[in-house]
Amino acid sequence: MPHDHSHDDPHALLPSDPALRVKALETLLTRKGLIDPAALDEIIDTYENRIGPRNGARVVARAWLDPAFRAALLEDATAVVSDLGFYGRQGEHMVAVENTEAQHNMVVCTLCSCYPWPLLGIPPGWYKSDAYRARVVREPRKVLADFGVTLPSETAVRVWDSTAEVRYLVIPQRPAGTEGMGEEALMALISRDSMIGTALASAP
Amino acid sequence: MTRVHDMGGRYGDGTITPEPEDEVFHTDWHARALAVTLAAGSLGKWNIDVSRHARECLAPTDYARFSYYEKWISGLANLLVETGVVTREELAGQGDPAPSPLADKKMTADQVAGVLAKGGPADRPSNTAPQFDVGDVVVTRKIAANALVDGGHTRLPVYAAGARGRVLRLHGTHVLPDSSAHRLGDAAEPLYAVVFPASELWSHPEHPRDEVVLDLWQSYLEPEA
Repeated sequence: MPHDHSHDDPHALLPSDPALRVKALETLLTRKGLIDPAALDEIIDTYENRIGPRNGARVVARAWLDPAFRAALLEDATAVVSDLGFYGRQGEHMVAVENTEAQHNMVVCTLCSCYPWPLLGIPPGWYKSDAYRARVVREPRKVLADFGVTLPSETAVRVWDSTAEVRYLVIPQRPAGTEGMGEEALMALISRDSMIGTALASAP
Repeated sequence: MTRVHDMGGRYGDGTITPEPEDEVFHTDWHARALAVTLAAGSLGKWNIDVSRHARECLAPTDYARFSYYEKWISGLANLLVETGVVTREELAGQGDPAPSPLADKKMTADQVAGVLAKGGPADRPSNTAPQFDVGDVVVTRKIAANALVDGGHTRLPVYAAGARGRVLRLHGTHVLPDSSAHRLGDAAEPLYAVVFPASELWSHPEHPRDEVVLDLWQSYLEPEA
């Protein structure tokens, strides 16, 4: 039943220019009554403006501030982020992993592009690139160097390859000098990349 | 036995270019491709495993030359024809498209928020009891192939085949993609996070204590010999 294709693949019937290819498919499906262009606008608006990495940053900031929240997040992240309204497509089974002096966590999907959408939005281009997918499991430090990050020599790296429907959120280490800062101020230090593991949280 | 998407550990891909956080879609057609794919998925003619397999089955030459969203839209076009939702003639733009009997399943704008919030959980009840406990040493299948369908979908990457690791956690029982991708049923079974020393996977690991964790189904694993 696996269907192997060649040059007579159905997709080859569409225009070769990708923008025209998408337009042709959208037009066809709309004319057949199968998609609503207004629904497409709504999907795009959701991921451009409403669901993105600020959701994840709020979770991390709260974990830094509240030990009970942090413990609950590490115990059952799905339940905790659901309570904040961050449940949904591509985030049905969440696990949070915490960086320490001894261990730095990084997340990838070598087989496709699995990513925690409700917490981080649509993955960046580099996360979906062949280079990241191919390299990070074998040479995480060289990948970190591409992002300008150098880990202490005593820190081990644990790379999480998202091969199932479980999605991983990295809790970066809280930077020194952030004592007394509130949730919103801390959120500004927590980048998307720091929650994938290709960056550290910023210093204040 | 392997397909082009299974690239973990491959050499030769070059540097990675970071990008700013506020750049969600690089061009309009990327956004459109994502939205069309999501909206077509809601017609209910395939599941996530079927759609992943459709992308993986693109010819290696196409997979390598296509950008990310071109893979999506091309996999989608193939799926639409295979499931009979559109015809080859319609895809080629020949004649007037026929109205679809699936039109009543069309996702409307007011349904989008609910559909995205609902998601599609993959955990299911299973009669297969967990065979392993946290801390157990396990060995993955020697050959990273689908045991049910020759050349079929699997989520054991080649780089982790025949490797010895340790069970880190049990995620519960989840749909088995090797079955689900071929419409053979959910076949849910225990799913584990298994941690492997980098030295078990790579000839020149960067650091003696580095590790890689994969989520692996029970049937991918055997007890340590």
